[in-house]
Amino acid sequence: MNSTMSLRVFAIIIAVAALATLPLWMGGIYYINVASQILLYAVFALGLNVLVGYAGLTSLGHAGLFGVAAYATGYMLQLGYGHTESILVALLVGVASMAVYAVLSLRSTGIGFIMITLALGEILWGLAYRWISLTGGDNGINVPKRPAPFGYSLSNATNFYFTTLIVFLLVVVVMAIFVRSPFGAALRGTRDQPRRMNALGYHVWAIRFYACLFSGLLTAVSGILFVYYTQFISPQTLALTSSAEVLLMVIAGGPGTLLGPIVGAGLVVIVKTVVSGFIERWNFLLGAIFVAIVILMPDGLVPGTTRLWRLATRKRAPVAAKTEGAP
Amino acid sequence: MNFWLVLTVNSVTFGGLLFLLSAGFSLIFGLMRIPNLTHGSLFMLGAYVGATFVVGLLGFKLNFWLAAILATLAVAALGALAERLLLRRLPGDQLAQVLVTLGLSFMAADFCLMMWGGDPLNVATPDGLGGFVRFGTIAFPMYRLAIIVIAALVAIALWLLLDRTRLGAMIRAGVDDPDMARVVGIRVSQLFTIVFALGAGLAAFAGIIGGPILSVYPGLDQDMLPLALVVVILGGSGSLLGSFVGSIIVGFIYNFGQALLPELAYFVLFMPMLLVLLLRPQGLFGRHVP
Repeated sequence: MNSTMSLRVFAIIIAVAALATLPLWMGGIYYINVASQILLYAVFALGLNVLVGYAGLTSLGHAGLFGVAAYATGYMLQLGYGHTESILVALLVGVASMAVYAVLSLRSTGIGFIMITLALGEILWGLAYRWISLTGGDNGINVPKRPAPFGYSLSNATNFYFTTLIVFLLVVVVMAIFVRSPFGAALRGTRDQPRRMNALGYHVWAIRFYACLFSGLLTAVSGILFVYYTQFISPQTLALTSSAEVLLMVIAGGPGTLLGPIVGAGLVVIVKTVVSGFIERWNFLLGAIFVAIVILMPDGLVPGTTRLWRLATRKRAPVAAKTEGAP
Repeated sequence: MNFWLVLTVNSVTFGGLLFLLSAGFSLIFGLMRIPNLTHGSLFMLGAYVGATFVVGLLGFKLNFWLAAILATLAVAALGALAERLLLRRLPGDQLAQVLVTLGLSFMAADFCLMMWGGDPLNVATPDGLGGFVRFGTIAFPMYRLAIIVIAALVAIALWLLLDRTRLGAMIRAGVDDPDMARVVGIRVSQLFTIVFALGAGLAAFAGIIGGPILSVYPGLDQDMLPLALVVVILGGSGSLLGSFVGSIIVGFIYNFGQALLPELAYFVLFMPMLLVLLLRPQGLFGRHVP
């Protein structure tokens, strides 16, 4: 094991330990709730990153999928089903919606993909907003109770945080496996060289389709966490602004990296909830951050800082060699 | 009978407004290959700035039409500036350009909320157009008919500009084949600024003209942007005829959908767009696939 590897393992252990003990050192329920929000949005951003970062397909309709899973949970609970059934149905509905998205939007890539997903997201938003007999329209759907698996009640902020953390860590592990798997490599291949991949005998469409389903599954998971967190779902969650926000998380943090979307989710949620307490114009700030990152640091904060760090550490080496070599 | 006739007139009026909004969107899309996601914001900015001039700024009230022209110029200048300072820095990177327009739309929405607050602004109908025109037993608001006339005039002017002038020929060349246009000495990047300013100005103009019937409120941008998108995808990007036909179609679908199928109004609105994207990606009159 070389030194960078052990450094990385050390960093991961520290990070997990910090997250696992967060309710102990983070004073107040408010901040624990903010942490839960960051984690659930990180799951959402990781899900979108499968497409944006690894498949090179930018979606502007993911809030629709997120919302569909949340609505499915709320609706099933309203019908009187238990939490387990509701969650399973919501996962199924989320992945099925993503399959429809994928079949329709994978006919094109680039701007075409953005526009079809945007249209699909708007359709779902329009249905949530107007199909009042199903969704309650602007009044949304209330989820009166959080579940209590094995008697562990999630209505308490700390317990909810730990559950979200477990889901989040699971998703991170799954993502790490996915990135290193042959499937992840093939997906990156379809992003960089779709025609060569095709010539090599890979079914580019199928690889992208499975990536979409994977992204849809993670999105549905985060949507379910969201609806249990807020205990309420309304059409606003499906709006274009929400799709843009999660895309901002991915782009800001660094698409195609594991850490990027997590950092991005942290940044956006902190600006939205914590900074908004001090500055009223946080939406303006978010937009400005978005524009600045796209123009100044197009590969995102995480790769951007890594690059700067490498540049800074590498510069010293040749200088040192020179002084050594001088008599 | 009356119900259908009134609905039809409203649809054509709305279609006229949509044409003003989407003609610029279509040109920008055709030339720069990006859906300009600030287009709804430019519409809203135009509406707010115009309404401010009409209501009076520093005790100084302007005539509606003068206000419309001033606001159009102001927003057109803003559009040119955004293109020059931001989009210009990302040449050829369409994805990044779309993201910049998305970020700008966040900023514009919040800016409007800061400047004009959350209450809707009602813009008075311009003098002389407040009345009704009677056709037999039915009365039509004169202003709605005026919008149809204005949209038709702008359509003719735009057609003359694109079809009969040197600048128009250059824009058409840029839409059809930007590389070849560059080779023959057309400064396509300069056209980007011109078309962006033109599109921004048209969107702002639509915002002011629409003010008296739509009123001006936060979220107007999010209401209008998808409509422009639907129009341009239906009609095809870069085509004036396409945005004209698309606007009328969407005007009808929107008004009839709201009246007849309120629960599925948006579904009915976006379905045709989806069908066109799937079956005829270049749009009804488009020149190339996005």
